[in-house]
Amino acid sequence: MARTYEVNRVYELMFIVRPDMVEEEQDKLISTLESAVSSSGGKVKSMERMGKRRLAYTVRRFHDGIYILLTVEGGGALIHELERRLRVTEPVIKFLTVRIDEEQKRLDKIKKLREARRKPAPAPAETGGETAAVTA
Amino acid sequence: MADETTATSAPAGHSSGGDRPSGGDRGERRPPRPGGPGGPGGREGGRKYFRRKKVCKFCVEKIEAINYKDVRLLAQFVAESGKIVPRRLTGVCTPHQRRLSCAIKQARNIALLPFAGRAS
Repeated sequence: MARTYEVNRVYELMFIVRPDMVEEEQDKLISTLESAVSSSGGKVKSMERMGKRRLAYTVRRFHDGIYILLTVEGGGALIHELERRLRVTEPVIKFLTVRIDEEQKRLDKIKKLREARRKPAPAPAETGGETAAVTA
Repeated sequence: MADETTATSAPAGHSSGGDRPSGGDRGERRPPRPGGPGGPGGREGGRKYFRRKKVCKFCVEKIEAINYKDVRLLAQFVAESGKIVPRRLTGVCTPHQRRLSCAIKQARNIALLPFAGRAS
């Protein structure tokens, strides 16, 4: 049975680096991750620096951390590789990967449903008025 | 003679006594709250203060995306100690509480929210 490689999943990769990491080093780390993504057939959809934040609890004796968010499209093997890289990179103190495509699909569906419901909206409003008149 | 009078008066007293509380009960109880707290014994207490019906914030404000990054939203449903506030206190509906607790746990994992039981 030939299984098709699923590479159309979307993941959010959030990681925290040490607060004393300079911007150039962050750039270097991000670019190595991006090259790892592109070499295994995925693509980076967006990258966001969320800046320095106070951590809710101490992680490796740090109270602050620089949060970086990476949105990646690819398969499970790619995520495995990225997580391995994050684990061996010294300045990265914590990371979290969340799959977001299914959630996004669900949200789009709800949005579509709401818009479809909005069009025949006047009908229920009229019936509501009628019942109010009857009760009055 | 004596038997008759007691027999007639007793049921009459029972029926009138039974009618009055039930009639008053129906008038006082709000339709959206079929089961008041406390039951029959707590009726007297329930009359004094009116408890507002709790509503699900996510249903009312139509918030569908419960994301772990939205710390401000999640923090409303986390107690001071870091615990997730139960549904019975916040009024969040079951499907939304499920997503909410998932999001809170993810946020804890990435140090956006504290873990419960850790005083800080």
